[in-house]
Formats: sequence, structure tokens, C-alpha cells
Amino acid sequence: MSKTPTPAVEGWFTLDRKAPHLLGTRCTSCSNVFFPKETTFCRNPACTGSEFEEVELSRTGRLWSFTNNCYAPPEPYQAADPFEPYAIAAVELEQERMVIMGQVVGGVGVEDLEAGMEMELVLDTLYEDDENEYLVWKWQPSQAAA
Amino acid sequence: MSNEVAILGVGMHPWGKWGKNFVEYGVKAAQDALADAGLDWQDVQFVAGGDTIRNGYPGYVAGATFAQALGWQGAQVASSYGACASGSQAIATARAQILAGLCDVALVVGADTTPKGFFAPTGGGDRSKDPDWLRFRLVGATNPVYFGLWARRRMELFGATEEDFAKVKVKNSRHGAKNPNARYPKAFTMEEVLASPMVSDPLRLLQICATSDGGAALILTSMEFARKHTANPVTIPAVSNVTPKYPNTLIEMPNFSTDSGAGISVPDVPFRPSIAKNAYEQAGLGPEDMDLAEVYDLSSALELDWYEIIGLCKEGEAERLVRDGDTAVGGRIPVNTSGGLGAFGEAIPAQAIAQVCELTWQLRGEAGGRQVEGAKLGITANYGLFGHGSSVIVKR
Repeated sequence: MSKTPTPAVEGWFTLDRKAPHLLGTRCTSCSNVFFPKETTFCRNPACTGSEFEEVELSRTGRLWSFTNNCYAPPEPYQAADPFEPYAIAAVELEQERMVIMGQVVGGVGVEDLEAGMEMELVLDTLYEDDENEYLVWKWQPSQAAA
Repeated sequence: MSNEVAILGVGMHPWGKWGKNFVEYGVKAAQDALADAGLDWQDVQFVAGGDTIRNGYPGYVAGATFAQALGWQGAQVASSYGACASGSQAIATARAQILAGLCDVALVVGADTTPKGFFAPTGGGDRSKDPDWLRFRLVGATNPVYFGLWARRRMELFGATEEDFAKVKVKNSRHGAKNPNARYPKAFTMEEVLASPMVSDPLRLLQICATSDGGAALILTSMEFARKHTANPVTIPAVSNVTPKYPNTLIEMPNFSTDSGAGISVPDVPFRPSIAKNAYEQAGLGPEDMDLAEVYDLSSALELDWYEIIGLCKEGEAERLVRDGDTAVGGRIPVNTSGGLGAFGEAIPAQAIAQVCELTWQLRGEAGGRQVEGAKLGITANYGLFGHGSSVIVKR
């Protein structure tokens, strides 16, 4: 029996497996965008807005910087045993002018990465339990560009 | 009006992994600072404690915890938490009390006992609204992950190399080898640093600061009080605890993202440089006036960022400073003469106070084998996770 795909965090990304988007909010007064979602008070000090609309963020961007975890991070990270090192990317979204961090998909190491390359958002398994496959956003080098 | 307060006494408990209660480290540091000042605990009118979040209730109320351990004597109290900036917030609190004329003698003290390995969120349970919990849960973004992102960015932007980062560690370890309070009194070689295991590429184990036990304390007094005890006191003319200005466009612990810089003007001075700029402005001084600096080398690569942040050189020139030996003792502007976090490891609420202890010893000419000859002015710089600026200027 297959496991139920479940977001590892509620409401942070769309569940479209082909072309997922991170979900942020936009202040309806000053148009500033927030990720993770800001829903109470606008963080722009020049704005008193308190109403927000949900927005899908750009799903591609340029690699700003990258690193990796050669050792398993501590809990609450649910590390696989045995632990496989994985890369982490900080990707700059051009339209939003925002850098967003995420894991890089398995099989792509730091030796495959270079600042400035185009990256795209995908959904992938963060960890599993008996019933569920918990999903998280990850970055991978853009397949279209490759 | 003078904004200065005097540093009449300094004290530290050596950094290490001693496995004792943090209170013991703080009390030892406080007693040493009192002895250094020639004062009695009963003379202290105000206690400013730097909090530790890892040591339960006594840590959250550190000011009173240390006051109780030293013996309740009725002093006024405050406790500060600002992550790595906790110590400088405690300094700022004590300084404000003195400058406001509310007290003449204040004890500033911070101490920590740390777990082995990576720092991780304190407390258990599912905390899906807490960004510090979520960054570990969703990305496995340990602190060295952020250090690695910043280090790789330097390589991409400025052509920094692994060897440059290793040079910083080698330099600081040579300084630390001459500091009896350092945890790692060993001078490492380039080969040893570059052969240590990779943790978060491009940073290796010996380029990332450890988590340590330790304690540090200061006795701060009004200038008038200090002059009755010493002719030429070391003073603090500036303490900067600035927060960022929106939008903050550098990714910082514990965040998943930067603020959005779209459709809004970005601050002329980004957060990190604003920390030192504010301190210089308060003191009416500039980077060219400084004789030495203590900066937060959470990683050896981050020390290079600090050279630029505190104005020792232009952006992109920091590698040259370490290559030329400018920032070693004996160089143009020695940085981290104490050995820095590379030689100490981090004892969070004590660390910003320890930076001031080092500058005080240097300015008094009491720094032994790591002494910077004739030093009159120094700056500390650091910042606490999330957006706590921390910079103190020390003067003689």
C-alpha cells in the first residue's frame, strides 16, 4: 500500500508535484511579499497594513550560495540511518528579490553546483513514517536549462 | 556630556568543557572582576546578567541567579537575552543605569554550560510555528549551514580560497596559544586545518567554532567613581545594539529567507555594517582610530566578513589582510588577539563580555605574549541570531 503524501509543514507550498510553488503572502497595502507567510501585521516599517493575500512565489531563481551537511543535523531533523550527506541551496528569486533556502535534491552534491546557475523548486520526501510520506520543497538545477 | 563608563575590573573563568553548573563559572568570573577592581561584592549596586537558555530557570533569570550565588545583598538586577549578543545587552543595560546616575557600580556577568555537538532548539515537542525549530526540521539548517552559505558566497564574489579561511584559523590559534583562558591552547598548522573533516562545505571542523563552557564578568562604574580608584581607567564610550533596517537582504539564522527587496528601497548601510557604524558614531571615532578588534569568528571565513563590516578594509579586500599578516599580533590591525571563537568555542551569554575583557587587558598592557604594543582603542563586534547587533568600543 502506498503512503499518503503529506506536507511536512502546512500551507508553505502547493502540492502540485509537477510544478510546485512556495506560498507567501503579499501585503494588500504596500505589496511587499513575505515568506514564510506574514498574516497579521506588515513588517515594512513604513506600512500599517494588516491584510494579506496569498501568493505563489516564482519557482525558479539563481543560485546565490550553497553548502552541505556532511554530518546528520540534530533533532528535530529526521535523519535517515545511515545518513547520506546532502547539499543546501540559497536561491535568489528575481521578481521577489528574495533569497530562499532549501535542501537540494538527492544525487546533486556541492561539486555539481555553481553560484548563478538556474535552480527550480520541486517537492521531495523529507521523511516517512508507517502511513505518510512527508513532503518538503527542495531545489534542483533547472531541468529546462540542463 | 560624556557617554563613558569605566571598566574597573575584568574576570573570566577559563573556557572548556568542564561539565559543571554555569553558575560556578559566572561566580568565579565575578569574583575575579571584583578583585581586579579592588572592590567588595557588597559595593555592587546593580547586577546585569546575560541569560543562558540551555540551563533552565536559573539561566533565564541569570542576573538574580548570580546575585543569589554571590550572596543576596539587595542590589538592583536585570537579565538580558539576545543570543550571541546577550552579553553586550547586559553591558548596555549596566551602562545606561550608570549614565543615568542611578548607580555607580555595576556587575555585568554571563556564563554558559553547553551540550556536545551542534546547537539545536531547546525543549521538545512539535513547534511548527517556531522558525528556530522549523529550520532544523525542514532543512536541517544547523548554524554551520549558514556559516557555509556565507563562506561560499565570499569564494564566489571575491575569490576567497579554503587556504584563506585556514590562515584565519592558524592566526587565531597562535594568539589563543598565548591565552590562559582559551579552551584550545594549540597553534594549528595549515595542513592540520585543511586535513580536518568537512562539516558544511567549504568549512571544515577546525574552521567552525565549538560550543564551550565559560564565564566572563566586568565591573563597570561611573567615571567619577573610577577616578577615585585609578588615574587612567579603561572606558567604554560606545555600545551598539542596533537591529536591522527593513528590508534585511542577507539570509540570517534562523530565517528561511531574506526580506523581499522588491518595490522598496534597500537601506544604504546593510545590517552587519550598521552595527559597527553605530558604535563609531556614538564614540565620534572611525575604523582608522582602532588599534585592535575582537570579532565573532563563528567560522574562520566569517572573520573575513567582519574585517569589512567594521571598516578595516573595503569589501572584497579582507583576504589580502590575512594573507599579508595585517591582522596578526605585530601586524597593522590585530584581530582576535584573544584567539577568538576559534580558540575559545562559544559560551553564548559570556562571549560578548569576554571580548571586552580581552580589549581591557590589551589596553592596560596586561595581555602577556599576545600584547599589542601601545594599544589605546579597540572595537568588539558580534551579532546575535535573528537580528541583535553587538559592538562595544573600549578606550584608554
